[in-house]
Amino acid sequence: MTEQNGNERAILEVKDLKKHFRVGRGVYLKAVDGVTLEVQKGETFGLVGESGCGKTTVGRVLVRLYEPSEGEVLFAGEDVHGTGGDEGKLLNRKMQMIFQDPQASLNPRMIVGDIIAEGIDIHHLASSSQERLDRVHELLETVGLNKEHANRFPHEFSGGQRQRIGVARALAVEPEFIVADEPVSALDVSIQAQVINLMKRLQRERDLTYLFISHDLSVVKYVSDRVGVMYLGTMVEMAPSDELYSNPLHPYTQALLSAVPIPDPDVELERERTVLQGDVPSPVNPPSGCHFRTRCPRAVEASAQIDPPWREISPGHWVQACPCFT
Amino acid sequence: MNGGNILEVRDLQVSFSTYEGEVQAVRGVTFDLRRGETLAIVGESGSGKSVTAKSIMRLNPEANTIVGSGEILFDGRDLVKLSEKQMQNIRGPKIAMVFQDPMTSLDPTMKVGRQITESLKKHLGMSGSDASKRAEELLALVGIPNPKERVRQYPHQFSGGMRQRVVIAIALACEPQILIADEPTTALDVTIQAQILDLLRELQEKIGTSVILITHDLGVVASIADRIAVMYAGKIVETGTVRETFYGPQMPYTWGLLASIPLPNADRSQDLIPIPGSPPDMSDPPEGCPFAARCPYVMRVCPTEFPEYTTFSAEHQAACWLHHPMAPNVEPPARVRGAK
Repeated sequence: MTEQNGNERAILEVKDLKKHFRVGRGVYLKAVDGVTLEVQKGETFGLVGESGCGKTTVGRVLVRLYEPSEGEVLFAGEDVHGTGGDEGKLLNRKMQMIFQDPQASLNPRMIVGDIIAEGIDIHHLASSSQERLDRVHELLETVGLNKEHANRFPHEFSGGQRQRIGVARALAVEPEFIVADEPVSALDVSIQAQVINLMKRLQRERDLTYLFISHDLSVVKYVSDRVGVMYLGTMVEMAPSDELYSNPLHPYTQALLSAVPIPDPDVELERERTVLQGDVPSPVNPPSGCHFRTRCPRAVEASAQIDPPWREISPGHWVQACPCFT
Repeated sequence: MNGGNILEVRDLQVSFSTYEGEVQAVRGVTFDLRRGETLAIVGESGSGKSVTAKSIMRLNPEANTIVGSGEILFDGRDLVKLSEKQMQNIRGPKIAMVFQDPMTSLDPTMKVGRQITESLKKHLGMSGSDASKRAEELLALVGIPNPKERVRQYPHQFSGGMRQRVVIAIALACEPQILIADEPTTALDVTIQAQILDLLRELQEKIGTSVILITHDLGVVASIADRIAVMYAGKIVETGTVRETFYGPQMPYTWGLLASIPLPNADRSQDLIPIPGSPPDMSDPPEGCPFAARCPYVMRVCPTEFPEYTTFSAEHQAACWLHHPMAPNVEPPARVRGAK
């Protein structure tokens, strides 16, 4: 847990980030439409939302897989997308990514040792082949695999082990910041817990900063210090994890939390649920004003007219202040 | 067959012959489904839960499936022994299934209305116009707005949640006695999941269908099921009512499952308790308790012999050597005991 400290600079600053994809002549899909956030060193920032809300796009823009349409991303004060050449390469080293599907994100034709060492080679982090090999072995052991695994191919591993390889690959270049995009969603619960514990241990040992993207609200709450909730390309609420889950202000956050089934039959029996009607509208043509108003049980007329301002309601607790609840 | 049961599965064994040898997916599964109840079959990938469900529907690939032994009694008949032709009169009108991914279970080239009327015409002998009318009613029943227009649309014109509603409408078209739902909400977002679970609950009340729900999500189980069967490596290792299983689980695998999910009020500074290791290779399954290799309480007998089922109440049974009179007294982890 990092103390919010005013004079300490955030390791990552995202300012009014937008990413629009062109999907036709003059037609744009507004995947991310103005997201602002800061991540402090050593903390885990959780990003939740339903499919299509733009959370993955945010993660991908941060690690330079996409160029933003507008806005900027500062990493340790440096403009991530304005840097190229050697400095850009250094940024690539400091910011790494762990993907959802370990099957798809590991090259099936490469042995695990080479997959992990690829970053070491690119960034010249090993001076001899012996050192390279030692690093690979050390990394495998760090993530709970063993040396012998270096000579095997990805298909010889189970899903949980493959995700460990993904973690080892990200760690190989000694990053400071890792975007983990649904890192445990493809895994069974018992294996999920193994990978989550591994990520938490590595964070403690290496002072890593995580952006943890997931649709699983229980997992996000468990791993994150602060959480941001996205809907249709915008951030609707952001607060310290406990605060967000105990005192959600935005109707969407409330509905999302109430939709999560809790593994406790008595709790489930007594629970009042806000079941949202309908589906998420298309991000090509999002509703005016508050994007959530078309499904919001509390929407008022003004919700359609006013773009809800991003407001700090209590220290660290930000929300899109839609007229329906303010 | 017991009058309260609509389906009885007895000692079902199913394996697949593959080029790597025989994979024993289901190894002696016995359970009952009562009239009007929801039974959840829970387990990790590869535990045999889907294969069990598909065996009831006889949907496993015929070419390489070997049903070693077992009976599936429905309506006084053993489904295992029926011919494919006889099975076609069961599959759909009597027992229907909803799959995980609605896009792959709908025909992309066929209008949604026709996909519903197909079974109405075949099984209930409805005329074309009656069937179309019923199709519209069914779409309305599962909560799809503008059913009149929607029946003339193709699956790609529907969102994921809406498609799953269509699949449910097709499954319910002939008012089946049993609905098997294989991970019906896994591909959906939580808010849509809540809608579909509500819908299933409502429809069950209206039509009185018995439901077998296959899932790995214990939250979904807690919210909708009456009873649970926990599967591991092709066997049912524990079964009981939802409350018995959540509040008084009796075997270490169930303990492990319950302890490894992050609870909403969990303390973040504490590590989750994962189950170490991974499930066994089913082409060469262990002889004894399949969980022995991952079990923190393993004893000498565990790897060699599968334990007998111990009965704790009318509904609650578990297979574990810890309940043998000679076994040491073991307390489940605090997290599980504290769940209540």
